Amino acid sequence: MAETVFAPWDDSNAKPLIQFKNVTKRFGEFTAIDDLSIDIFEQEFFALLGPSGCGKTTLMRLLAGFETPTSGEILLAGENIVPVPPNKRAVNMMFQSYALFPHLDITENIAFGLKRDKMPKPDIDARVEEMLALTRLTQFARRKPHQISGGQRQRVALARSLAKAPKLLLLDEPLGALDKKLRQDTQFELMDIQEKTGTTFVIVTHDQEEAMTVASRVAVMDEGRIVQVATPDAIYETPNSIYVADFIGDVNIFEGHASAAADGYDIAWGEGQKPLHAKTSVENLDGKQCYLAIRPEKVSISAQKPENVGNAVLGKIHDIAYLGNISTYYVGLPDGKIVKAQTANTRRISRRSFTWEDDVWLSWTDTAGVVLGR
Amino acid sequence: MRRFSWFNATSLTLGFAFLYVPMIILIIYSFNASKLVTVWAGFSTKWYGELMQNEAFLDAAWVTIKVAVISSSIATVLGTMAAIVLVRAGRFHGRTLFSGMIYAPLVMPEVITGLSLLLLFIGIGMDRGIVTITLAHATFSMCYVSVVVSSRLISFDRSLEEAALDLGCSQFEAFRLVTLPIIAPAVISGWLLAFTLSLDDLVIASFTSGPSATTLPIKIYSAVRLGVSPEINALSTIMIAIVTFGVITASLVSKRNAVNRQREEQAAARMT
Repeated sequence: MAETVFAPWDDSNAKPLIQFKNVTKRFGEFTAIDDLSIDIFEQEFFALLGPSGCGKTTLMRLLAGFETPTSGEILLAGENIVPVPPNKRAVNMMFQSYALFPHLDITENIAFGLKRDKMPKPDIDARVEEMLALTRLTQFARRKPHQISGGQRQRVALARSLAKAPKLLLLDEPLGALDKKLRQDTQFELMDIQEKTGTTFVIVTHDQEEAMTVASRVAVMDEGRIVQVATPDAIYETPNSIYVADFIGDVNIFEGHASAAADGYDIAWGEGQKPLHAKTSVENLDGKQCYLAIRPEKVSISAQKPENVGNAVLGKIHDIAYLGNISTYYVGLPDGKIVKAQTANTRRISRRSFTWEDDVWLSWTDTAGVVLGR
Repeated sequence: MRRFSWFNATSLTLGFAFLYVPMIILIIYSFNASKLVTVWAGFSTKWYGELMQNEAFLDAAWVTIKVAVISSSIATVLGTMAAIVLVRAGRFHGRTLFSGMIYAPLVMPEVITGLSLLLLFIGIGMDRGIVTITLAHATFSMCYVSVVVSSRLISFDRSLEEAALDLGCSQFEAFRLVTLPIIAPAVISGWLLAFTLSLDDLVIASFTSGPSATTLPIKIYSAVRLGVSPEINALSTIMIAIVTFGVITASLVSKRNAVNRQREEQAAARMT
């Protein structure tokens, strides 16, 4: 029997842990969240991704209880939590600034929430011990927050918010203050802890790589709305709009006029250029304006015109960005458009086949791109 | 090293002379054996002894300390509350007016504050004495406390309080367990400021004191009007000693804390 894939969002019987029902939040004239509905399931690692000001932090603060929606309902395990104050919610939050209490040591910080629950002292000690072990902080138990490093502070914040075993843990840009190397290690640590504790995590981030790495599903937000919710690979491979395609990763976009052709469309896009052909199941685009989005790594680069490939265009190498493992070629087409093509550097740089000002062919298959109506 | 400069040396000497020569003279004459203040007649500590026998001075000193402790405590509570409201309330109509009204007593001439308080106490038929001085001092030092505390609160990270709420605190618990301990140094310096203001005050106290209670500054002032006595010099020297001791201790303690903290932070950064 095949292993069951964790995908409660595809199961019509699954009960969501959190439901936003037509939630709107306005601050004066400004609409931060605009008629938003979404379901989040138990044990999910759900990422809210978007540029600053898109409403992702507001969404999180609505969940924590620091903001009240202007209209709509938020359900936690089927119960409307809008009237419940933050201190009575089974939701804990890890703050972007970590918000560790500077006057308390690590142990007291972690025990803080447990003491509020009037938990007996031996139980508190055991729980704190467990949290310290989980986050590998045992040896720092008696230090104050300013006596430990940034990465350790991040783990204290995590331990403190997990100590009360919340149904839902909110993480607001949890790794924003860490340097890149530490951030990557910590991402895996977060996933590991999420798996061990079985807690539902909702993470807010503007770093798309981080969202793709940790999340089971990613919601891309813009101007208070959710543009697309899907698994990381679906978001990347089949974005539902130019906005998502452009926000997640790098993309080349051809704008053109669609006419129906075998299994898809021919897209007329430039003066004197052969129309591009793309296979797609998107309907009702015949005779309309459309966009073709292609990821740079799906564009091949060659000196000769390749045979038997769906689409090929001729251009001149304008610039090369060498990133070590990969190189991105910025190729200028005759009409001035720049197309990015990415290749893995499997050879040493001294043996690179192309250089500046070379004429090259860019090619991709009929299925490489995504046809989008908007 | 910067090179020695006659200009700097001269300005430094003149500056310090300007500040401290009067006090040094006062200290020297407090050890004068003669009853005449301006005639040196040898070293003696007898005026300190006599001061300790002077009931009127000791009573006034006791009243002053009681008034200072109680009024600065009241001022600290009220001033902290005002600071929290002002910093936290966000924007509302008339906000500038409100904060201006809190700070106005800072620049109000003391004579006016004293006079208006006097009129109030007479109006409500309150007998002037230790209670009225205390109330008056609490009123005018409250705004100093609120200035000190609000400058700390502005830089206070609100997410600390939100974290406390998130972890199960009520609003009041969050304030008591998180906010207050963190802003405590500012609250304490607010209290100390109010305490010194109350110790110093002559004008407002003279409006609001009555025959039943006199503070030390009033006592000194009225004694001096009959002529400066070596006893007053001795008293003033004691006050200078207390203040100097307090200031030096406070600055040493805060400097040591800062150095320790910096060392620990550097150690933490290296550990990563």
